[in-house]
Amino acid sequence: MRAFIPDYQLNAPASLADALALLKNEPGVWKPFAGGTDLMVLLEAGKLPHRNYINIWGLSELRGIDVTGMHVTLGALTTYTEVQAHPVLRTEFPMLCKAASETGGLAIQNRGTLGGNIINASPAADSPPALLAYDAEIELISNGGSRWVPYHGFHTGYKQMRVAADELLARIRLRRNTAGATHYYRKVGTRKAQAISKVCLAATGRMNDGQINDTRIALGSVAPIVVRCVQTENALRGRQPDAETIASACDALLREISPIDDIRSTADYRLQVTKNLLTDFVFALQTGS
Amino acid sequence: MLIQCKVNGESRTLDVFPMARLLDVLREQLQLTGTKEGCGEGECGACTVVLDGRIVNSCLVPAAQVNGAEITTIEGVAHNDQLHAVQQAFIQHGGAQCGICTPGMVLAAVDLLKRNPQPTEDDVRNGLAGNLCRCTGYMKIFESVVRACQK
Repeated sequence: MRAFIPDYQLNAPASLADALALLKNEPGVWKPFAGGTDLMVLLEAGKLPHRNYINIWGLSELRGIDVTGMHVTLGALTTYTEVQAHPVLRTEFPMLCKAASETGGLAIQNRGTLGGNIINASPAADSPPALLAYDAEIELISNGGSRWVPYHGFHTGYKQMRVAADELLARIRLRRNTAGATHYYRKVGTRKAQAISKVCLAATGRMNDGQINDTRIALGSVAPIVVRCVQTENALRGRQPDAETIASACDALLREISPIDDIRSTADYRLQVTKNLLTDFVFALQTGS
Repeated sequence: MLIQCKVNGESRTLDVFPMARLLDVLREQLQLTGTKEGCGEGECGACTVVLDGRIVNSCLVPAAQVNGAEITTIEGVAHNDQLHAVQQAFIQHGGAQCGICTPGMVLAAVDLLKRNPQPTEDDVRNGLAGNLCRCTGYMKIFESVVRACQK
């Protein structure tokens, strides 16, 4: 059943400071509302339980992509369209651009934001695997100040994350250390546009003297959260990219994911495809593609 | 709440619920029924409009977020009696069947040609990827857009 629209508030603060003051003074009452590409779907389905939102879409402090010698820092409201258009992201963080280009269609990419993708906390979100594989950091701000934390570890369970009621996700930071790395991003879904993933794997790594090095692997749609697969990384690190290594990495991978049967796919299919993608990533490392 | 926006070049002041869908505001308050509702969840593109220069799904945009914005709907694509090249091509090459997806398809195609006047076949498919046609008349739609580029 559709929601009763008059029940919902969408308050427009004049500034970021006003938004943070509202979050501080009435903790838990207000939640941020950005591009609306997730929340409006729930609203229409009558499944948006929370009623009071702060419209952060207009806050320019949460926009923009800033490049320094060491980092690329993205405002939480950076849209998928803006990600794809940015020359430094295209060159140095191609997995993030690929994730952005495979999220929804153009109309969604014009409204959906990286910050929204993180805070909505869907285990099937497209950009979080890339952000985890690039070992992104995120900035949470409140009236009390700002803190940067690793994105890895931010999500603790299905739709659970380490953010206080008065905090807002403000920025996402990527370290510019990807030169020479293999970037492997593959989303498996029903069709190219619009579809939500059945499995999504993002991974980076390098080859040093015939050995796999410096690798980070993250997966979407195979666990209650988007998961960084540290044991799998350990099974690859320092090894040659051969059948034995792939087999032990696949064993490790099975201990880190818990795929389920749902509307989009089955646990069996997800398991098999996940192993195939990991194998494909190791081949990509070998060929340096 | 009262919001002000420009719709198809005309300034409007509207009394809306903040979370009312832009789609409903256009269709019900402004009687701009060219914008269609298909899925109501951002999957089909039938409700596509141009918001501040970019296409969006109007079913996913709350009214409070268009305060101060400029909106173009399918009613604003033709100039006076002169149809846009994309509209003419849709008529000439059979790009419209039942018509529900047509306004969204036309707006997505106009947006594509504005950004990229000489798109490749892949660009056209990509530009229309967020718009579904329940008649499955994709080839004629695709052909119409390709022909419109040749104008």
